[in-house]
Amino acid sequence: MSEIERHTIAVLVDNEPGVLARVIGLFSGRGYNIESLTVAEVDRANNLSRITVVTSGTPMIIEQIKAQLSRLVPVRVVHDLTEEGPSVERELVLVKMAGAGERRIESLRLADIFRARVVDSTIESFVFEITGSTEKLDAFINLMKPLGLVDVSRTGVVAISRGAGKF
Amino acid sequence: MAADQMNGAEMVIKALGDQGVDVVFGYPGGAVLPIYDALFMQNRLRHILVRHEQGAVHAAEGYARSTGKVGVVLVTSGPGATNAVTGLTDALMDSVPIVCLTGQVPTHLIGNDAFQEADTTGITRPCTKHNYLVKDVNDLARVLHEAFYVARTGRPGPVVVDLPKDVLFATGTYRAPETVEQRKSYRPQTEPDPARIAEALELIARAKKPLFYGGGGIINSGERACKLFGELIELTGYPCTLTLMGLGAFPASDKRLLGLVGMHGTYESNLAMHDCDVMINVGARFDDRVTGKLAAFAPHSKKIHIDIDPSNINKNVRVDVPVVGDAAKVLEALIAGLKARRFAPDRAALGKWWKQIEEWRKRDSLHYENSDKIIKPQYAIERLYALTRDRDTFITTEVGQHQMWAAQLFKFERPFHWMTSGGLGTMGYGLPAAVGVQIAHPDALVIDIAGEASILMNIQEMSTICQYRLPVKVFIINNQYMGMVRQWQELLHGARYSESYTAALPDFVKLAEAFGAKGLRVTAPAEVDRAIKEMLAIDGPVIVDVAVDPAENCFPMIPSGAAHNEMILGPADRKAAGPVSEEGMVLV
Repeated sequence: MSEIERHTIAVLVDNEPGVLARVIGLFSGRGYNIESLTVAEVDRANNLSRITVVTSGTPMIIEQIKAQLSRLVPVRVVHDLTEEGPSVERELVLVKMAGAGERRIESLRLADIFRARVVDSTIESFVFEITGSTEKLDAFINLMKPLGLVDVSRTGVVAISRGAGKF
Repeated sequence: MAADQMNGAEMVIKALGDQGVDVVFGYPGGAVLPIYDALFMQNRLRHILVRHEQGAVHAAEGYARSTGKVGVVLVTSGPGATNAVTGLTDALMDSVPIVCLTGQVPTHLIGNDAFQEADTTGITRPCTKHNYLVKDVNDLARVLHEAFYVARTGRPGPVVVDLPKDVLFATGTYRAPETVEQRKSYRPQTEPDPARIAEALELIARAKKPLFYGGGGIINSGERACKLFGELIELTGYPCTLTLMGLGAFPASDKRLLGLVGMHGTYESNLAMHDCDVMINVGARFDDRVTGKLAAFAPHSKKIHIDIDPSNINKNVRVDVPVVGDAAKVLEALIAGLKARRFAPDRAALGKWWKQIEEWRKRDSLHYENSDKIIKPQYAIERLYALTRDRDTFITTEVGQHQMWAAQLFKFERPFHWMTSGGLGTMGYGLPAAVGVQIAHPDALVIDIAGEASILMNIQEMSTICQYRLPVKVFIINNQYMGMVRQWQELLHGARYSESYTAALPDFVKLAEAFGAKGLRVTAPAEVDRAIKEMLAIDGPVIVDVAVDPAENCFPMIPSGAAHNEMILGPADRKAAGPVSEEGMVLV
């Protein structure tokens, strides 16, 4: 059995109804993993959306995933950012904290170390906004748990290649 | 009103005309009434009224596969669309170009659980190459033209266009096909990469035990690809095997064809596949019915895989030289390349290889013990072939033992004459497919080789056949069992024939008569020829009910989970081979 690899794949698609369903249906129908998936329009003039999928599988499966994605009619291009060279991966998370006293101060102190921003604040709560790698966000969330973490909302990974090249 | 202004329904008719469509297979209903009204007011486009929407899609498949053109289906919303799903899936699996127009409730009712509403694009997304929901009449012409383009180019497949009723009534601007720009996201690769061609040539030239493995992709590419495939075999002198979908791509009478490959393929085909040192796959997809146990599949071979669909490359079997492109273009490049390098095969090695193949061929793996008391199914099919081989005969089949015997024993000399459900294995395919074939070839002999279980799955299409006076011949190999199910139960489940026997079968002679066709029954081997001749002499639809040996099994066979060199040749061999492995039992 070949080793399971984690790959981040960028998919540029025509922004039309059903395109996300096609991509998600492909993954569920063929039994591929989705660890994270994000989508948004990136070029209104050309009607393009960018989907970033983090997936895992053997090299043969990863190859299949890319070939199957490319085969979808509205898919313009598929890039395997993991394979094609260095890339930057970022996630954004909103973390809601509740509580008072020492715990509240401690969470603020840690947020400062992690360069999280406060985007909402009441007498008994905060909402922190923080971006970074998945690992960094995991670490931050774990630190916040004993300090009154109420809820978490994450965007999933977005990624782009390093350097001047496209994608 | 300007000439390009018309309502959606008229636009549908106009677009079909501009796409060169001359026949549509369909069934009316509330949501598509505007299209049926527009159909009524013209006489260029012919509509064939089927009796069930599944039949419409299979008929369109039969039409498409016997002509190389796109088959067109027209059905209503809700149940019309859901009934078409099996046919669409069948067309997807076997790469058949279909455009299926489905009615839909008006746009303002979509999502309201309206009468005969179904999420057609949602349901058909995984069983089509692509699908569309048209919400604006001004998009309609573009979408229809694009649908035809997508269906017939690249790896062909079914495309659904869902048409809300209000869009069919709305007036908009029609666009001709040539004014529609191709979308940037859909550009199938047809030209092969020269570097890959060079690598393939190197392997082909140095082969000592080569084998061509041809599939339906050659036929889908067209007559020219089949011709080039023959030329390449001629040029190299290498042996060739064909998949179920590839039958007809190379003449069966040619000694260089080793026959069908795979689960019920010939001994020589499968052993050659197991032992070859260079495998040249042209338009086949390493289906599990062909490969058997993957870990033991052609273990000593380098593999070249020619396919127009990049997702078929390295899907089941890792290959050494993938060549993405249209079969005709790739074959042309290979032939040119071999000629340029003044290719001559390694005569000594090739002679040895052929000698080995002839040894395997001597096993006569399609042999069966004939009887003068009971009709052997193989005998019935052999006689059918012998008595129709001089005519322009088109064969469709249902799914099961009869299908495999037909594939083994009917010898196809030309492409486009063999229509069978390969990938999906759809019982009930053959009769409606025969409708489509006969519509496309009104004067040809069209025979559905059927089983008595399969034929009942779409028997209602006899009514279509009689309405249009189609002289389709239905040749039922009647063993009273779902024969392939029974065979597997015998092999894998201790001969516990759970639910595979059909009690209370209809009287097929009376059934034929009830529809307005002729019915014949034959029960003795000596009567088979007479019955076939009588069938052929009748100028109209006939059902021939051939009562065959209920216990006959289809051999040779590679049991599930086994390798090519572990095939069983006949009943005696089976006992020697022992029980099927547990690993094999869980496979289908």
